[in-house]
Amino acid sequence: MKKNVILIAAAVCMAAALTACGGSGTKTETTAKASEKAGAESSATETKAGESATGGKLVMVTNAEFPPYEFHEKNEIVGIDAEIAKAIADKLGMEIEIQDMAFDSLIPAVQTGKADFTAAGMTINEDRKKNVDFTDTYAKAAQVIIVKEGSDIVEPDNLEGKKIGVQTGTTGDIYAADIKDGDIKRYNKGMDAVMALTQDKIDAVVIDREPAKVFVKNNAGLKVLDKAFTEEEYAIAVKKGNTELLEKLNGAIKDLKDSGELQKIVDKYITAE
Amino acid sequence: MWEKLRDDFYQNFIVDDRWKYIVDGLQNTLKITFFAVLIGILLGFVVAIIRSTYENTGKLKILNAICSVYLTVIRGTPVVVQLMIMYFIIFAFHDPGQIFTAILAFGINSGAYVAEIFRSGISSIERGQFEAGRSLGFNYAQTMLFIIMPQAFKNVVPTLANEFIVLLKETSVAGYIGLQDLTKGGDIIKSRTYNAFMPLISVAIIYLIMVMVFSYLVTLLERRLHKSEH
Repeated sequence: MKKNVILIAAAVCMAAALTACGGSGTKTETTAKASEKAGAESSATETKAGESATGGKLVMVTNAEFPPYEFHEKNEIVGIDAEIAKAIADKLGMEIEIQDMAFDSLIPAVQTGKADFTAAGMTINEDRKKNVDFTDTYAKAAQVIIVKEGSDIVEPDNLEGKKIGVQTGTTGDIYAADIKDGDIKRYNKGMDAVMALTQDKIDAVVIDREPAKVFVKNNAGLKVLDKAFTEEEYAIAVKKGNTELLEKLNGAIKDLKDSGELQKIVDKYITAE
Repeated sequence: MWEKLRDDFYQNFIVDDRWKYIVDGLQNTLKITFFAVLIGILLGFVVAIIRSTYENTGKLKILNAICSVYLTVIRGTPVVVQLMIMYFIIFAFHDPGQIFTAILAFGINSGAYVAEIFRSGISSIERGQFEAGRSLGFNYAQTMLFIIMPQAFKNVVPTLANEFIVLLKETSVAGYIGLQDLTKGGDIIKSRTYNAFMPLISVAIIYLIMVMVFSYLVTLLERRLHKSEH
């Protein structure tokens, strides 16, 4: 009888071991595949970047959860940045491919050549300038504060010692870190921070003005404070040292500004108050 | 190259006390894992007993049905979805704190897997052991507790340890509810320095070390448990 027990126990252990092996086996395989794919992709992008001198394809990365600058609609990434990028690509006689990823991965993606540029409502700041080159600015922006109606926070100074929700890696996150005794909650998406605010898990959200307006419109009982947290400017970022692409982009942005096309795109998404 | 590494290290950890993101995150990761493991063991134990009792005796029919639903739902959905449901839906109108929410979500998740591990342990013990216990005058609960469970536990230690290793690593999705765990700590540094290498590799090494230490402790435990066999 004892033998049987040992046998069964051994069988169980073996089964467990086998399952464990099977599991980890497939896992490594997928990782290997994934890295192969990533490798293939990055080399593909490199050739793309090389081709870009004679036309071809531009790869843009963005975080498409940032209305009205970029968001998903009908299986497509649309918004101000997406349309500006398309207009620029048209001007340059190139195709554009837009990829969606987390905001804090955008600059690394551009740095490693996985993408040609990023247009993601990205504010020019000193730290970022050290890592990427920015084009001329194409939009003015601001970080604003969203609170619940009836909140005791009425101006930026009131944020001291409060629970503040931000989206990881945004300028709102970086500047909010300077708030005295601020308890910063970093969410992966702006919408998640806003939802936490509606559920009273945090006291305020610091985020870009235009998305803030969209979020407030879609959630009753919230408002944007009149006084902005910071004023700033958006620009497109390319890999450091890629002056060829930078000049092309700047030329195209200038053309779009001069012809009024840029303003048209902005007006399409942001209705005047 | 060494200079660049040193420079990167300085940028990613020393400037602005950025190492604190990692240390704070590590504390939260450990806190969540520890308490989630406790909840998981407790829940898994109870569910496994109910399911085994039903299998052996046909009693506890309703409880068994509830446990089946629990296992199906929890094992059938991704933990990150469960975590967000816990944060944004179940606790929509009351905030018990992010850490507590995460502990509960991961604990309930782990419980389902632990239950099946315990159940397989219980069914690995031969029925004769059970009969022996009953003929010695033990009642059902006593037999379970004093004869079946100790043997079953010994059989499932490796699988159980595996589940806790998985759980530790699964807590890396806690960032989805704005909680700063170890992974999120690395992400925050990455979002400040735009350097992916240093923060990600450091985070990976810290997880690896934790798992290695834990595995070593499990080996010690297994050795101790097997002493009685000689």
